[in-house]
Amino acid sequence: MAEVWIILGASSSMGRAFARKVAAEGHHLVLAARDAADIARTAADCMARGAPSAVPVTFDIRDTTSFAAIIAAAQTPGQPINTAVFIGSMPTQADIDADPALGDTTIYDSFTGPAHFLTLLAPHMEAHKTGTVIGIGSVAGDRGRIGNYTYGAAKAGFHTYLSGLRNRLTRAGGHVVTVKPGFTDTAMTWGLPGMFLVATPEAVADDLWRAHLKRRDVIYTPWFWRIIMGIICAIPERVFKKLGI
Amino acid sequence: MRWKEVELSGWGRVLKNTAQLARPEKDADLRAVLADTPCPAIGAGRSYGDAGVVGGQAISTARLDRIIGFDPDKAQVTVEPGARIADLLAVLAPHGVMPAVMPGTGFATVGGCIANDVHGKNHHGAGSFGQHIARIDLMLPDGTPKTVSPESALFKATVGGLGQTGVILSATLKLAPCSSRLIQVDERRAPGLSSFMTMLHDSPATFCVGWIDATATGAALGRGILEEAELTSSAMSPKRRTSRRVPFDAPAFALSPPTVRAFNRAYFNRVPANGRGVLRALEDFFFPLDKIHDWNRLYGKRGFHQFQCVLPDETAEPTLHAMLTLIADAGLASPLAVLKRTGPGRAGYLSFPMQGYTLALDFPHSGAAVALVARLNAMTLDAGGRIYFAKDSLATPQQAAAMYPDLPKWRKQVAGADPHATMTTDLVRRLSLRGDA
Repeated sequence: MAEVWIILGASSSMGRAFARKVAAEGHHLVLAARDAADIARTAADCMARGAPSAVPVTFDIRDTTSFAAIIAAAQTPGQPINTAVFIGSMPTQADIDADPALGDTTIYDSFTGPAHFLTLLAPHMEAHKTGTVIGIGSVAGDRGRIGNYTYGAAKAGFHTYLSGLRNRLTRAGGHVVTVKPGFTDTAMTWGLPGMFLVATPEAVADDLWRAHLKRRDVIYTPWFWRIIMGIICAIPERVFKKLGI
Repeated sequence: MRWKEVELSGWGRVLKNTAQLARPEKDADLRAVLADTPCPAIGAGRSYGDAGVVGGQAISTARLDRIIGFDPDKAQVTVEPGARIADLLAVLAPHGVMPAVMPGTGFATVGGCIANDVHGKNHHGAGSFGQHIARIDLMLPDGTPKTVSPESALFKATVGGLGQTGVILSATLKLAPCSSRLIQVDERRAPGLSSFMTMLHDSPATFCVGWIDATATGAALGRGILEEAELTSSAMSPKRRTSRRVPFDAPAFALSPPTVRAFNRAYFNRVPANGRGVLRALEDFFFPLDKIHDWNRLYGKRGFHQFQCVLPDETAEPTLHAMLTLIADAGLASPLAVLKRTGPGRAGYLSFPMQGYTLALDFPHSGAAVALVARLNAMTLDAGGRIYFAKDSLATPQQAAAMYPDLPKWRKQVAGADPHATMTTDLVRRLSLRGDA
């Protein structure tokens, strides 16, 4: 049966790839992002690829008044609501160190903004007694590193929020997947130094869909990041604090 | 926009250069990059030589790959320049339509298909890719967007124009009907060159292509397998061949003359003497090598050259005979060799096709192979034929100018569109296509 999927951040590389995956599976889409022209194109693309409907909704995570239109667009009687959240900003730690206000917006974009949206949406999902939330966290949230600890802290906060939301929605028959991607080949990471084992957005999208179907709680994508992060998290703090990884 | 330093190489992996590459994902970002830094766009990197190789700055269209308008009733689709042909086939076939012309690899992008005015297995009837375009939205090198329609001179300079008139923002393609996901393929042996050419010439099939054994000599010279194909009316989903990846560069002996001779003999004899018919998935017929990812690594680290010429009817048979004799004697060819009939269809000043026959062959890179291709290029020119820029890595500026009589018209349009030569690629420079200006 066709369901509704809200894609928050449908202009991002991963959001676009996941929207295509949902379209190929034959579900309705609500595509939310800042760039109206861009999500109109993605909507046309998703319709050609099998989505019975694809509604673009212009929204900005920093403008909470733009959230209601998304939730309204997703309301179709009898159709459960699912949501995938691909929102965040990742300035370099050096830029944040030079301008602490940039740290505030990083935390807002990557954690408290998406949490605000999901808190508004949760009652609607509970009403349907089903539906999945896919929240994109990061391996950076597993341990604070010198290179990106403000971003990492925001993602760690988001992980904890998703864990609590999972606890809440599970009682109502819903589900929450926390996703921790490693390096992914996106516009955000294009040309950054130090990237390795880079995954395509399409591979990540396939992993997300599988996690949704199997109702997995926390996934790493690609899977081997679970091992890498297991090792990194096992390093004692008195050693880790001197490392530059 | 961030730039990433990458090594660009042709599919043949001989010609390379280092570029600073931007990879916009949105139309607005593409326009912004171009307005700021006019530079050529590159597609999937499936041209064999240096048509898609740039030193300096370039734009990858890999992430601009969406279908932005689809009208099943008018049978038209509007796509971003990085949309890949196999992706379009997979998405459109269930709607009963498909790209009217498809090259031999589905990885090619629409932008690349336009820039090289590619042809497919139906060229004798359907013409070239550029003949099925309703409009192109181009960004001129000075940052002006321009809609280009098929009647204009700028269209003729853009289609087959190697990206020199600007960057394609989107293109609207006229689609062909596609009745099924399965295609009926009849395979027949052709015992020698002259009978092969007659079979190709007389074939009534919509899709027609020949594999040629470039190692055969004597009476068997030019023998091969003719494949004729028609769409069916089956609505069933086809069984696809599974994908494989070439995990490492193959050693040189993998394509040594005895190996190739043995392979070709087996490949020829695989089709029964009185022929056979098989049903294939569309993708397996149109893109036979796409199931083997990175197949160019089979040629090893040294890389390879592809030679493709088209020869007019009048000179084709004696020229092909001489070429195949030379090739068989040299013993340098790989099993990948194609002989096809071409029609007159072409859409641009620098489009490759002409009515006649086209021969395509791969040679692992070596000094002897370079010398052989140089001779084949010269023979092509003498026979009034031409070589294909999408494949070429070894032609000379003099040969290119002599083979493409409309080059002055193309130059005039390109000089007007890109006076500061910001769109120049390695191939355009190597063949002095833009002249001394």
